[in-house]
Amino acid sequence: MPERPLVVVPAWNEEDSIAGVLSELHAVCPALDVLVVDDGSHDGTAGVASLHGASVVRLPFNLGVGGAMRAGFRYARREGYDAVVQVDADGQHDCAYVKVLLDALGEADVVIGARFAGAGRYDAGRGPRRWAMSLLAGTLSRLAGTRLTDTTSGFRAAGARALPIFADHYPAEYLGDTVESLVIAIRAGCTVQQVPVVMRPRYAGRASQSPLRAAAYLVRAVTALGLALVRRRAFV
Amino acid sequence: MTVYTLGLVGAVVTLGVIFEMLRRRKLREKYAVFWVLLSVLIAAVAVYPPLLERAARMAGVEVPANLLFFVASLVLLAVNVQLSSEVGRLEERVRTLAEELGLQRLTLERQVRTGRRAHDESSGDKSPDDRYTAGMEDPDAWETEELDRPGIDRPLEGYGPGTWDEAG
Repeated sequence: MPERPLVVVPAWNEEDSIAGVLSELHAVCPALDVLVVDDGSHDGTAGVASLHGASVVRLPFNLGVGGAMRAGFRYARREGYDAVVQVDADGQHDCAYVKVLLDALGEADVVIGARFAGAGRYDAGRGPRRWAMSLLAGTLSRLAGTRLTDTTSGFRAAGARALPIFADHYPAEYLGDTVESLVIAIRAGCTVQQVPVVMRPRYAGRASQSPLRAAAYLVRAVTALGLALVRRRAFV
Repeated sequence: MTVYTLGLVGAVVTLGVIFEMLRRRKLREKYAVFWVLLSVLIAAVAVYPPLLERAARMAGVEVPANLLFFVASLVLLAVNVQLSSEVGRLEERVRTLAEELGLQRLTLERQVRTGRRAHDESSGDKSPDDRYTAGMEDPDAWETEELDRPGIDRPLEGYGPGTWDEAG
């Protein structure tokens, strides 16, 4: 288990939910340092976050989860942290599992909190969206040499080995922060493991359910995965 | 007016526009070079059409104009792909700068905070850090406050656009 972990919360216009997430984090593990990366919000996200005792990195404009997370990894590397846990600002992730993810870092370099892995229930829908999910899960499982069921989960932890890799190469493209980052870590020799977590339903916005959107998601997922697989190895 | 005169006029106008953009600093030399070479080539074909005809015969194209269209579309495609790639590279650089800016800002805010605390504790003596933190009590202030920054808001001495014209 890491000695100096950092919780990174990428947040974009989440002033309504970030306070809840930060107090929950504080209640569950008060000793953990928390960094909120305000990804170019137009609301009071940054102010609310610093009021709740988090360090806040304010990006000048929206970079997406990948950009926010890379800033978080860079901060962690610079400040000498040895692990990073990503927790979403929308309250979807149950902070009680942060400890579970950190504990699992003793055995793997990257730990994914997976929704399908037994603890909670998650309905991936059906049709193209589900095909995309299982295609991603199947391919990445084979690559990682372990069973991965929820590769698009944003609830994850990176240990001392993966942290500097992500600080240099955390993709900003669509699905880059989840799928491609995993491929990069695996190719750099990191081990991956998943632990079952329960996730709460999102406060606002369901995953796209319309068939057209789901089909588009499938195409984009296949593209992202295919590109990640054939891209030149990230220089480590 | 034959098609060749038209081509010549087009090439000359392009050259003129490129030159004027260079003069107004709206185009950098490294990008201008390519367009100038292309214009010269078009002008050469317009002035001396057998050049195109011979090339078409060598390539096995029956109608010389078709060779021209084919080559032109390939060149334009290549330029576009090159520009897309350049934009991607710039985006990546902007992203890195934005991340770095956010991190530096946090560092600065912390320094201001600890500097102020040290100042409050040692009431009276000005700490050397005050020179840097003066006027930055509120970190948000730098978004709105007009700071006197040489080189950004006002030109550096002897290096402004005005001095260029005077020198020339």
